[in-house]
Amino acid sequence: MKTYKNPDENGYYGEFGGAFVPEMLYPNVEELRKQYLDIINSAEFENEFRDLLKNYVGRATPLYFAKNLSKKYGSQIYLKREDLNHTGAHKINNALGQVLLAKKLGKKRIIAETGAGQHGVATATACALMNLECIVYMGEVDIARQAPNVGRMKMLGATVIPATSGSKTLKDAVNEALRDWINNATTTHYIIGSVVGPHPFPDLVARFQSVISEEIKWQLQEKIGRENPDYVIACVGGGSNAAGTFYHFVDEENVKLIAAEAGGFGLDSGKSAATTFLGTLGVLHGSKSIVMQTEDGQVIEPHSISAGLDYPGIGPFHANLFTQKRTEFYSITDEEALKSAFELTKIEGIIPALESAHALAVLEKKNFAKDEVVVICLSGRGDKDMETYLKNL
Amino acid sequence: MINNNTQHAASNVQPQKKLNIYFTAGVPKLEDTTEIMKVIQNSGADFMEIGMPYSDPVADGDVIQKAHEKALKNGMTMTHLFAQLKSLKDEIKIPVILMGYINPVLSFSFENFCRECAASGVSGLIIPDLPPIEFEKNYSALLKKYNLNFTFLVTPETSDERIKYLDSLSSGFLYAVSSSSTTGNENKEVKNEEYLDNLAQLDLKNPVFIGFGIKNKADFNSVTEKAAGGIIGTAFVKILMENENWQEKAGDFIRSIKN
Repeated sequence: MKTYKNPDENGYYGEFGGAFVPEMLYPNVEELRKQYLDIINSAEFENEFRDLLKNYVGRATPLYFAKNLSKKYGSQIYLKREDLNHTGAHKINNALGQVLLAKKLGKKRIIAETGAGQHGVATATACALMNLECIVYMGEVDIARQAPNVGRMKMLGATVIPATSGSKTLKDAVNEALRDWINNATTTHYIIGSVVGPHPFPDLVARFQSVISEEIKWQLQEKIGRENPDYVIACVGGGSNAAGTFYHFVDEENVKLIAAEAGGFGLDSGKSAATTFLGTLGVLHGSKSIVMQTEDGQVIEPHSISAGLDYPGIGPFHANLFTQKRTEFYSITDEEALKSAFELTKIEGIIPALESAHALAVLEKKNFAKDEVVVICLSGRGDKDMETYLKNL
Repeated sequence: MINNNTQHAASNVQPQKKLNIYFTAGVPKLEDTTEIMKVIQNSGADFMEIGMPYSDPVADGDVIQKAHEKALKNGMTMTHLFAQLKSLKDEIKIPVILMGYINPVLSFSFENFCRECAASGVSGLIIPDLPPIEFEKNYSALLKKYNLNFTFLVTPETSDERIKYLDSLSSGFLYAVSSSSTTGNENKEVKNEEYLDNLAQLDLKNPVFIGFGIKNKADFNSVTEKAAGGIIGTAFVKILMENENWQEKAGDFIRSIKN
C-alpha cells in the first residue's frame, strides 16, 4: 500500500525532506537519526510517555460534537479539543516526548523556538517537570504580541531570548535556535516545535503528535460506529497539529484532508504566509520543502495575524501531501480567521487560538453534505490572543 | 586569467602558509566587491572566498549575519555578483571561491550556477549546508563538468572515518573548522592541537585550511603550525563594515598577517 506517513531512510517524503545542515550540526542530527526510533519505540519510553499524556497532560482530549456549528453549516462537525490539554495546545505532546528523548540521550540543556509561545510554554513546562535547563528563542515582534506566554515561560524557569534579525518572528527564532545549537552541539538538544527542520525532526514531531488522530479514530468509533470521518481539517504553519491530526488518516484514501494556511491580508497583498500558494521548492531550516522566496532564493518575510502560522515554509510531510494532491489547501485571511473565532465563541462558548480559527474558517469556504462527518482540530485555546481579539471586537 | 586550480595553489605550502580571506559580496556598498577583490590580491593573500548573501545564514555569527543583511539591502543578487566577477576576470590571479548557502544556488539552478561560475573565473565552491550524500547523488558530476573544486567542512567532532570520506569528495582543500561554532565565535578555542595533529596523521589527499575564530597574526601563526593554511572571515568583514575608508585598513590587515 502507498504510504505518505513515513519518510525514506534519508528523510524524504517524495522529493521533500532530507537533512541540509552544516557539518557542525551533523553529529547531533546523526545521533538523533540513529537512535530516535529505537528509543521512542521501546516499552519503557512508551509507558513513561503514555503515562504523562494521560495523567499530566489530561489526554485523551474530548472529541466534541459541535451541535450549533453543525446546524449552521449543515453537516456533522466534531472538534478535537487539543485546547483542553495542559498548557493549552497540542504542543505539549511533542514537548514532553522530546524532553523524555533528550534525557535518554543524556542532554542537560534544552533549546526551543516559539512563535505564538505555545511551544515555548510547553517546552518550559516539560523542562520544569524534568529539571532541565530551558532556553527559548522568540522573535522580538512575537514577544510583544504574546506577552502572557512570555510571562508563563519565565515563571516556569525558562530564559526567553529575543530574536532581533529579519522579521523578528518565528523564522528568525528558528535561525537563532539553530545558531545556539551549532555553538552548544554536544550538551544541548533542540526541541523543534513543528514538523520542520532536518530529518528526523519532521518524522519525530509527527509521531509524537499522531496521538491526536489515534484518539480521533477510537473516539469516532465510540460515537458514530466508524473510525474514519469524511473530512479532517487542520491549520498549517509549519504543520505539527495538522501532521498529528492527519497521521492515522493519511493512508486512508476515503478520508479527505484539508489544510488551512494563513493568507494574512490576502494572497496578492504581499503580506501573507500561505506557503503552498506563494512558495516554490527550496531549502529552509535544514530540509527541502516549499518556501516563500524571491527569484534569487531569498526567504520572504511572511505575515499572519497569528504568530503560530507566521512562517514562510511548511514541513516536508505537508509539501508532499500538497504536490501529491492528497491534501486540499485553503488560504484563510486574517479577517476570515477573526470572524470564525468570534463565531465559535458566540455559538459554542469556546474561544479558539487564532491558529485554530484558520481551520474553522474552512467551513465558510466548503460545502459539506448533511450526513458528512467533519473533524476539525482545535489546536489551542485563545487566551494568548485576547489582546488581538479585544482590538477587533 | 584566474588560476582555476586551487589544488595547485594550495600544494606549495612551504615555507609560507596560505592565507585565505573571506568577505561577503555587496558590502559595505553594492559596487565595492571588485575593489575588495583587488585589495585582497594586492595585499598578498593567496586565496579569496566570496560570501554569497543569504537571508537566513544560520551558520554565521552576528558580524557576517549583518553583512548578509546589508548586502541584500544594498541590492546584491547572484546575477549582479557574476557580472562583477566577470568584469575582473583578467585581473585576479589568485583562486576565487564562492561560499554560501544552498537555497540561493538551487534557485539559480545548480547547473546554471556552475556554468556562470566557470564563465566568471571562479575556481571552487563551499556550500556548508549541502550534505555529502546530496553532493554525490546530484551535484558532483556537474562540478567536474565545469571544472570546479568543492570543499567540505570538518569539525573537531567529525569522526576520522567521516573526515576521510569528506576529504575524498573534496578538491582544492579541506576546510577544518577550528571549533564547532558559528563564524566569528570568540569564546571558543581556536588552537586545538590534538585536532590538528589528528588531521595531519590521517594522510588526507587535500591540504587542510583551518578557519573560524582566526582574527590576527598570532592566531594565524598558531593554527598554521600544523595546517597548510588559514581562513579569516569575521575579522576582515568587521574592518569593511566598521570603517568608511576601509581600503587602507583592509590592506594593512592582510599584510600584517602575511609579513
